[in-house]
Amino acid sequence: MSGVLDEAPVVLAAGASPRAGAGRPAEKRRRRRLSRGDTLIGYLFVAPQVIGILAFVILPLALILYYNFHEWNVLANTFRFVGTENVERLFSDPKVAPVLGATAVFSIGLVIGNLGLALLLAVLLNRKVRGITFFRTLFFSPVVVSLVAWTIVWGFLLQDDGGINGLLAMVGVDGPNWLREGPTAMLSVIVVQVFKNVGLNMILFLSALQGVPREVTEAASIDGAGKAAIFGRITLPLISPTILLTTIITIVGSLQVFAQIAVLTQGGPGISTTVLVYYLFQQAFEFHRFGYGSTLALVLFVIVLLLTIVQWQLRKRWVFYEN
Amino acid sequence: MKSAKMLSAAAVVAAASLALSGCSGSGPSADEPVALRMTVWTSNEAQLALFDEIADAYIADHPEVSSITFDPLDFDSYTTTLTTQLAGGNPPDMAWLLENAAPDFVSSGALVPLNDTLSSTEGYELDDLSEPATQLWRTEDGDLAAYPFSTSPFVVFANDDLLAAAGQPTAAELQASGQWNWNTLSDVGSKVNAATGKAGFVVRDFEYTQWDYLSTVWNGWGAAPWSADGKTCTFDAPEMVDAFTFLHDAAFAKKAMPGPGSTADFFAGDAAFTVTQISRASLLKESGITSWELLPLPSGPDGEYSVIGQAGLGALAQGKHPEQAADFIAFFTNPENSAKLATYFPPARTSQLTASTLSAANPVLSEAQLADVVVPAITSGTVRPSHTGAAEIQQEVRSGLDGLWVADADIAGTLTGVCDTIGPLLEQ
Repeated sequence: MSGVLDEAPVVLAAGASPRAGAGRPAEKRRRRRLSRGDTLIGYLFVAPQVIGILAFVILPLALILYYNFHEWNVLANTFRFVGTENVERLFSDPKVAPVLGATAVFSIGLVIGNLGLALLLAVLLNRKVRGITFFRTLFFSPVVVSLVAWTIVWGFLLQDDGGINGLLAMVGVDGPNWLREGPTAMLSVIVVQVFKNVGLNMILFLSALQGVPREVTEAASIDGAGKAAIFGRITLPLISPTILLTTIITIVGSLQVFAQIAVLTQGGPGISTTVLVYYLFQQAFEFHRFGYGSTLALVLFVIVLLLTIVQWQLRKRWVFYEN
Repeated sequence: MKSAKMLSAAAVVAAASLALSGCSGSGPSADEPVALRMTVWTSNEAQLALFDEIADAYIADHPEVSSITFDPLDFDSYTTTLTTQLAGGNPPDMAWLLENAAPDFVSSGALVPLNDTLSSTEGYELDDLSEPATQLWRTEDGDLAAYPFSTSPFVVFANDDLLAAAGQPTAAELQASGQWNWNTLSDVGSKVNAATGKAGFVVRDFEYTQWDYLSTVWNGWGAAPWSADGKTCTFDAPEMVDAFTFLHDAAFAKKAMPGPGSTADFFAGDAAFTVTQISRASLLKESGITSWELLPLPSGPDGEYSVIGQAGLGALAQGKHPEQAADFIAFFTNPENSAKLATYFPPARTSQLTASTLSAANPVLSEAQLADVVVPAITSGTVRPSHTGAAEIQQEVRSGLDGLWVADADIAGTLTGVCDTIGPLLEQ
């Protein structure tokens, strides 16, 4: 394979047919020299990406692994090897289980809410009706709004005497204190995040839906298939690669939620909305336990990696590729 | 293949060099001009202009210093950002520090001791610094680790417009009749809420998270979150239970204080009384409140008391120029500049703790108000609670107290739970 790639530029550079000069020593040397040059250029093209990955992915990961075996008091400027102390702490920390539980609840709620709503919106907006562009823009617009600004506004709306309860009061419902009660606090954080990013998945689904061949659905319709059957047996399989992509993106994103928690609930009430990233931040940057924070970061990395691998493997069972 | 290996190796070296270049501790040479940086949490242009004016005067006499930059950080995440800068190898030379972060910074040795520099600075008058004001900022050896450059008392502002609208006596009338206490204030606040729908009183910045602001209330009951040596939790003491019972009643029974999840801004005319620091007085000018009064904190069952908030100014030991930073602090806080800074920050110098000095600082407040309320509060006030490991304690108590802010709370049980949680942290 590489031989074919190596030869092609030589032919073009020489301006001769592939067979011309083949076998001559001078020509071979020139080809070898040019091949090396092409290889070098190729590597130079990928070098920025490789350097970026090394500097901003591999190196931080290696540092986190290194810090995981150390305790670093930033204020006292001391750094000492503690072996597996941080890992042992992880298993004896009574907060880790509820934090992982809150993380799972948030992720599941977000993935179901976001993907379900995004697909529903995409189906509804995949029509040729007047003003459809306005509605597409409307639902996509939260994606481009500043996350913190979006969250602060929702914080006001979700206050005990805020806009949401004001609306509920108009229909005679006494709304809960959304951000101060355990179950509603988590629900609120999920809903705020769903509305923030649903537009992105909606656009991806919309794009996938528009790629579904009309002749296939029309043929199914002529054969007597109902709308539900067409959607379930033709549309969904055809957009399954997009579903896989959005699922992976949404799950990874859900595990990294931070600003919404920091602004809306600060992890409360109690620790009911303290997700892993927020707990990691508290340990490392507020309580100055960078070593333990690194251990928690490794846990997060492993969870993201495992979930991505599992989804990637499961794709063979449910993702449909035309080729 | 050989070139691929070479390129890969070069990429690794380049990436490592790139990453390590940020970590390398290449210190400045003796000949390099010194650029100092101070982190602050104010972005007030007038205050920053005053800082720049003082810095320019210092640079004029110190040619070795090329610049002094004041770097405003967000107040809410100030200590976290400062810590992150330290961790990232980008520490400032000098930093303002909140009183609740003081024990951690002082006990860890993160700050350069200032005694020698201050005492050797001509005309500094180190003895003029108020002893109580410096207490929080001293190491176990008695060295001054940071200069207490702002000592701001908590007071009560009253909106007499709103009190009149609710048919209630003015704050001055309450005080004159000897009824300036928490129970009366809560009763009046309840009536204001019933009559106008506005809040009776707010403890500004508390909002059911920054619980340490409640020391402005519980000190009236003689309560404290932990023992004087900081080793024993006293959240479950009877005095504290009584104080929280008062607060719970005010929020849930009397509706004198906004409940959790609701906010009321005194300076927007949403509350009859607010407990806050005098530096907020400047907000009165644009508040639309035409008739207001400044009073000391109401008395509690334990009598009269006052609470102060403090900020310290220290030179970071991990900074690039700790000696020059300490020297600049000596200049920044000398008698002349301390008087200038008093325009915004109540000084720790005994000679400057007078109504006349402070009136220049607070044009909104009269000399009588300053003499009767502010100066006594500064000289006798207790600093807000602080402890080593403050951030974790703050978080644990906040989390524990969440159980208290519901209508049918078990107050004593919740406070006992708080002690169960923070007890081990206090012992560390």
